[in-house]
Amino acid sequence: MKILVAVKRVLDYNVKARVNAEGTGIDLANVKMSMNPFDEIAVEEALRLKEAGKADEVIAVSIGVTQSQETIRTALAMGADRGILVETEEEVQPLGVAKILAAIAAKEEPGLVIVGKQSIDDDSNQTGQMLAGLMDWTQATFASEVNVDGDSMKVTREVDGGLESIELQLPSVITTDLRLNEPRYAKLPNIMKAKKKQLDVLTPAELEVDIAPRLVSVKVEEPPQRKAGEIVASVAELVEKLKNEAKVI
Amino acid sequence: MSYSAPVKDMRFVLEQVSGLDDVNKLPGYEDATTDIVAAVLEEAGKFAGEVLAPLNWAGDQEGAKWSEDGVTTPAGWKEAYQQFSEAGWNSLAFDTDFGGQGMPGLLSAAVQEMWHSSNMAFGLCPLLTQGAVHAINSHASDALKDAYLEKMISGEWTGTMNLTEPQAGSDLAAVRSRAEPNGDHYLISGQKIFITYGDHDLTENTIHLVLARTPDAPAGVKGISLFVCPKFLLNADGTPGERNDARCVSIEHKLGIHASPTCVMSFGDNGGAVGYLVGEENRGLMYMFTMMNEARLAVGIEGYAMGEMAYQRASAFAKDRKQGPVLLGSGNEGEGIINHPDVRRNLMTMRSQVEAARVMAYDCAAAFDFASKHTDDDVRARFDRRGALLTPIVKGWSTEVGVDICSLGMQVHGGMGFIEETGAAQYLRDVRITPIYEGTTGIQANDLVGRKTQYDGGQGIEELLADMRDTQAALADSGDEHCKYAAPVLGRHIDMIAGASRQILSEENPVLNAAIANDYLMMMGYATGCWAMARSVLAVQSEQDDDFKALKRATCRFYFDAIAPRAVGHYQALENVNEAHFSIAPELL
Repeated sequence: MKILVAVKRVLDYNVKARVNAEGTGIDLANVKMSMNPFDEIAVEEALRLKEAGKADEVIAVSIGVTQSQETIRTALAMGADRGILVETEEEVQPLGVAKILAAIAAKEEPGLVIVGKQSIDDDSNQTGQMLAGLMDWTQATFASEVNVDGDSMKVTREVDGGLESIELQLPSVITTDLRLNEPRYAKLPNIMKAKKKQLDVLTPAELEVDIAPRLVSVKVEEPPQRKAGEIVASVAELVEKLKNEAKVI
Repeated sequence: MSYSAPVKDMRFVLEQVSGLDDVNKLPGYEDATTDIVAAVLEEAGKFAGEVLAPLNWAGDQEGAKWSEDGVTTPAGWKEAYQQFSEAGWNSLAFDTDFGGQGMPGLLSAAVQEMWHSSNMAFGLCPLLTQGAVHAINSHASDALKDAYLEKMISGEWTGTMNLTEPQAGSDLAAVRSRAEPNGDHYLISGQKIFITYGDHDLTENTIHLVLARTPDAPAGVKGISLFVCPKFLLNADGTPGERNDARCVSIEHKLGIHASPTCVMSFGDNGGAVGYLVGEENRGLMYMFTMMNEARLAVGIEGYAMGEMAYQRASAFAKDRKQGPVLLGSGNEGEGIINHPDVRRNLMTMRSQVEAARVMAYDCAAAFDFASKHTDDDVRARFDRRGALLTPIVKGWSTEVGVDICSLGMQVHGGMGFIEETGAAQYLRDVRITPIYEGTTGIQANDLVGRKTQYDGGQGIEELLADMRDTQAALADSGDEHCKYAAPVLGRHIDMIAGASRQILSEENPVLNAAIANDYLMMMGYATGCWAMARSVLAVQSEQDDDFKALKRATCRFYFDAIAPRAVGHYQALENVNEAHFSIAPELL
């Protein structure tokens, strides 16, 4: 079985995001970029399945600018077998990503596609679900435990009320939650080998996918500054303020 | 405090200043391409920041512990070491024949900097293994190499260097440990002190390299041999078996690097520890000398690596801490003390010296790569001289300024800096060993004056000056105002180096040359740092990242204006030297 893993190049989670001067998005000039943390978890899970003998090949896919190759190389350094970059300078929204992944899945015929439940830049949480819909595959979102057994699997999902266990047929789409695993550090020999692994570059046009954005961002702005707190003298004053100033009770 | 590896500056120095693109043309280093180096630095930085740095403070507070059963390292150390060796970091620059990755020393220097910045007490363990591996690889028989190297390179076993004895510190000629021939091996007895990671619980075996005398050895330096002495003797299948007669009898209570066990080792309490001769008898000290440059470079890296960490912490504190109305920034109260000119000066003093020291260390590492791999004998010899010349400067100067930088880091914190829980004090305590071990600053200064200037007839210095003059010409010819500004500054330092080396070469009184050695070393440090920053300001012209460019230019400018003049004081002191300074009888002092 092949496993397809989607890895997105995003603003590094340690970097403080700043709105660009035009107010149209985040300033990405000369800032550190790295792999979306949820996608690291996806890569790790795919590698563990391969190491457990449940999969034969792990393919890392990224969509975006040329530099996204670095993100794929990171996945290859962790242990993925080969990479595919769908190169585009355009903004690709979740539906576009899902269509591209569907086109690649149709070609590669993986038993599983594992994606992060969301990326930390736009927090959409849509791609995995859309992909499963487009492919008419089963889906297990917010996975915190995955057990593959032949052509079915049991997945524990993190839902609002606690944990939900489901059993589903492959092929399937998994979206990873934070507690699924702890991603490994790349081993030095694998970092060196990563450069020699196969990395194919395609374009959305070659895959015959229309990635034109369906959504328009109107404006991006910094959240309002948090105001300083105030010490109140009594509970009565607190209640009074909550009622009349904050108007929350 | 988290550590954020300065990958951007490291890459700038490697790629634009210290010549990675020439090093990776050397036979055997072809894999060290820019993108592989970048990937290695990224991943090493991640490991240093996420695994090693979080253990630094806890390791310092808990410290290594001794008991009859052996030394235990602080909580988390063993797991971190296991991750470290499993990830292959130990093998980075070692021989591919024994499982190493064969990367150049230049890359290794940058990666080592990360281990030391994030957790120097941890970084010492692989550093000692590195010395032991090189000793075995360069001088031992194939049988010893086959038995030990693979496991030491992978990090499954660690190595130690057992040189010092109570009466034999800087003067190893006084070594007294004995080695009696006994069939295919020797029986070692004696006491060794200051043995870093001499015993620990990180690995299943520890391989000691021990200096000792055979029964009929001549006195002094020419009668010392080197032995491999494992903690556990190897079974026929190569696995650790019977316990050898070598034990850690206590560990030292030190100012810093608490998590790194500094052991008193006792060999032969029960009849003699089995040891295997490395190379030939009586050549042990010579074998040690071949590794000394590398070890000294590594300690020089420790010096400024701690400075980098102290800077990161001080800079973060100064942005956060608010005291009084500030003169920089908006001028309002409620802005960080980084906007006080004196605090800013402290930070720039720290930062600019770290950046200069980084270039000097990488230059030195690159010189050794050329000296070992270049195909042309003359080029190899020239780079060997360059590496040998830079070594005492990097070791001596970068550790001395490393202490100053960590002290300034504490200063930026004000009273909080003196409080242990703040964390700034630990760097100052830890870095303080670096001007002492692996040859004190005094030893480095003597080496620079004697072996590296006088005995070499000034050849290494002349070659360095020629390269500096090339840089000066490039600065003067440049259309860039920042470069033009640097040209005369570098020129003044070239003149000082030339003047000082002339004075040393013509001085006939050895007392006076020994007396100025420290000023000569420090002057050379500030002046070589000036050259490092001059090449940085040249190279940064083609940089695309505007913020990085502006920061590098400002840091270089600060170095030229505020740090480089420190060379003048040392230069005047060495010019002023005279016998009156040393004429007072010791009993009056």
